[in-house]
Amino acid sequence: MAYKYSIGGHTYAFTDLKTLLAKASPHRAGDVLAGVAAESYQERVAAQLALAEVPLRQFLQETIVPYEQDEVTRLIIDTHDAAAFASVQHFTAGELRDWLLSDAATTATLQALAKGLTPEMVAAVSKLMRNQDLISVARKCEVVTRFRNTLGLKGHLAVRLQPNHTTDDPKGIMASTLDGLLYGCGDAVIGINPATDSPAMTILLLQLLDQLRQQFDIPTQTCVLCHITTALQIMHKAPVDLVFQSIGGTAATNTSFGVSLSLLQEAYEGALSLNRGTLGQNVMYFETGQGSALSANAHFGCDQQTLETRAYAVARHFNPLLVNTVVGFIGPEYLYDGKQITRAALEDHCCGKLLGLPMGVDVCYTNHAAADQDDMDNLLTLLGVAGCNYIMGVPGADDIMLNYQSTSFHDAQYVRQVLGLRPAPEFEQWLYRQGITDLTGNLLPVPASHQLLGGM
Amino acid sequence: MEDAWKYLQQFTTARIALGRTGTSIPLSEMLAFRMAHAHARDAVYSLLDVDGLQSVCSTVFRLPVRLLWSQAAHRDEYLQRPDKGRQLHPEAAALLEALPAADLHKDIAFVITDGLSATAVNVHALPLLSLAIPRLQALGFSLAPIHLVTQGRVAVGDPVGAFLQTRIVVVLIGERPGLSSPDSMGAYLTFAPAPGLTDVSRNCISNIRPAGLSYAAAADRLVYLLQQALRQGISGVHLKDDSIQETRLLE
Repeated sequence: MAYKYSIGGHTYAFTDLKTLLAKASPHRAGDVLAGVAAESYQERVAAQLALAEVPLRQFLQETIVPYEQDEVTRLIIDTHDAAAFASVQHFTAGELRDWLLSDAATTATLQALAKGLTPEMVAAVSKLMRNQDLISVARKCEVVTRFRNTLGLKGHLAVRLQPNHTTDDPKGIMASTLDGLLYGCGDAVIGINPATDSPAMTILLLQLLDQLRQQFDIPTQTCVLCHITTALQIMHKAPVDLVFQSIGGTAATNTSFGVSLSLLQEAYEGALSLNRGTLGQNVMYFETGQGSALSANAHFGCDQQTLETRAYAVARHFNPLLVNTVVGFIGPEYLYDGKQITRAALEDHCCGKLLGLPMGVDVCYTNHAAADQDDMDNLLTLLGVAGCNYIMGVPGADDIMLNYQSTSFHDAQYVRQVLGLRPAPEFEQWLYRQGITDLTGNLLPVPASHQLLGGM
Repeated sequence: MEDAWKYLQQFTTARIALGRTGTSIPLSEMLAFRMAHAHARDAVYSLLDVDGLQSVCSTVFRLPVRLLWSQAAHRDEYLQRPDKGRQLHPEAAALLEALPAADLHKDIAFVITDGLSATAVNVHALPLLSLAIPRLQALGFSLAPIHLVTQGRVAVGDPVGAFLQTRIVVVLIGERPGLSSPDSMGAYLTFAPAPGLTDVSRNCISNIRPAGLSYAAAADRLVYLLQQALRQGISGVHLKDDSIQETRLLE
């Protein structure tokens, strides 16, 4: 259906819901590239005013990517929880925004509501929010997941230790891993992006990490972020804790990643059957990021932030341990500068949390974007306030394999310290037992004779 | 405060054991980072050495070399409009349409393009090709003329390969500069190149540079993947790189 808003004698008409969502989206490069962005400041706000009036029920009636063509749309519609939706079904998108910010929306009510919300509803609400609102609402959410430790508790911030190496050299990877552990990082996962997608190398790296974990009884999980088909191929001959996959918000995007819902289901069931979690069975690790659909020419005229939230519907179906948006990785043609990256990260974090996902954020940028460390410091601090589940820990913030800048082990310590955030409880105790941190979480001087360094 | 595990730096070029003041990075490391970022920013704006590549390619490999260009008119447009970097400029496409029949239907076509660091291909393309091309020729594969493309993305190899009607196209391209590697080159293999393909159809050999994946190792992997792709008639996620098994695990 068409949507309208009139101002000063001019009537803006938006032909359908996806157009309205796109025009209402805060300005970013990728929507301009896709040709879906508002053409003036006034048109953008007019779209937001019109969007605020759309009843939430309409989002169940009018799909933005055709149901018949797209299995992600079918997943969203077919798994929608009408009972959970009942408490907000009379709201418009604008009323939902005000309610989310009200005292009536508590951690418990938001958890109960999550499966009643669709990605498009959440995306719509986010477009009606300022950054402050995105932080306030996300901070109320709490999404807790478990494998060998407990992630996502309020007041805790975990770190994925990312010890990538340009040639997957085992000693190089181990050196970065030990550096990270000695800086208090690695509770979310110790996860390597391999330089190539070789099954043999994946097995070797998984064995390397698993051996370290077992030797020092580290309460965490390990992962080599290979393609899901590789994980399926090797999971019975290698220690696979988590199955990783990049995913997107349309079936065609997922095709471009070489995956489908049925393939994800197969891998999910496979990983569950390994039964390697000790505290819980959240066995999936997903990465997402605004712009992936357009990058694969699979965006159907939708804006990138709305499609990003649809990727969370895919993730949600497989009860992941970890989901993170790799927000600044994709480059300036999607998120041009520090301001756009910051906004997108806060949107992704908030929307993911509202949908019930254990959201982390890769606070990052590439060297062809107009951003630098100051932008990352700002975003990291905002996400700490917003209650982000985890961030990345990369030596010196410089990923030498993926060629981008993320957050460093030092950055993780900074944000934990200034905001009083703590590691995952089991990991925090391990750090204390190892003499890496004191009782209050401060780093201690570690001697060269420390047992973690014994093998090197 | 220095870290007691500084000796681990010998195993990786990652920024480990930086030491700390409080929880923060010491000043010397912070400024070293800023300088590296400056180098990377400068690499993004470097230019493809068209004359140098053209003259060496034609004399050393005895292959015709042609210059093409994408639809991105300048660097700033290139950065914000990747779609334009994926497509040939109509005038460049017209050059390809006029190719002699003798240049068509070869097994392999090499395309060299600036990507996000012209510096990378300016420095690394010729050393890699010098190792790979003689081996490919010895294996009996036929090679199409080499094409240089300015302001190009990976997918610009698809229309080039399609025009050439080559079985497989290999795009050598400057990867996005990292702080430690403003000159990292990638090689992307696409079987049956045609406009509209996505990354799922490609195999990538990444981080080619002396301090990353050496020329020799990259050439080994490239020749192996090309043989496999041409034998199996596929490229992409279903073509697994098992060359590692033969080299790495024997150590």
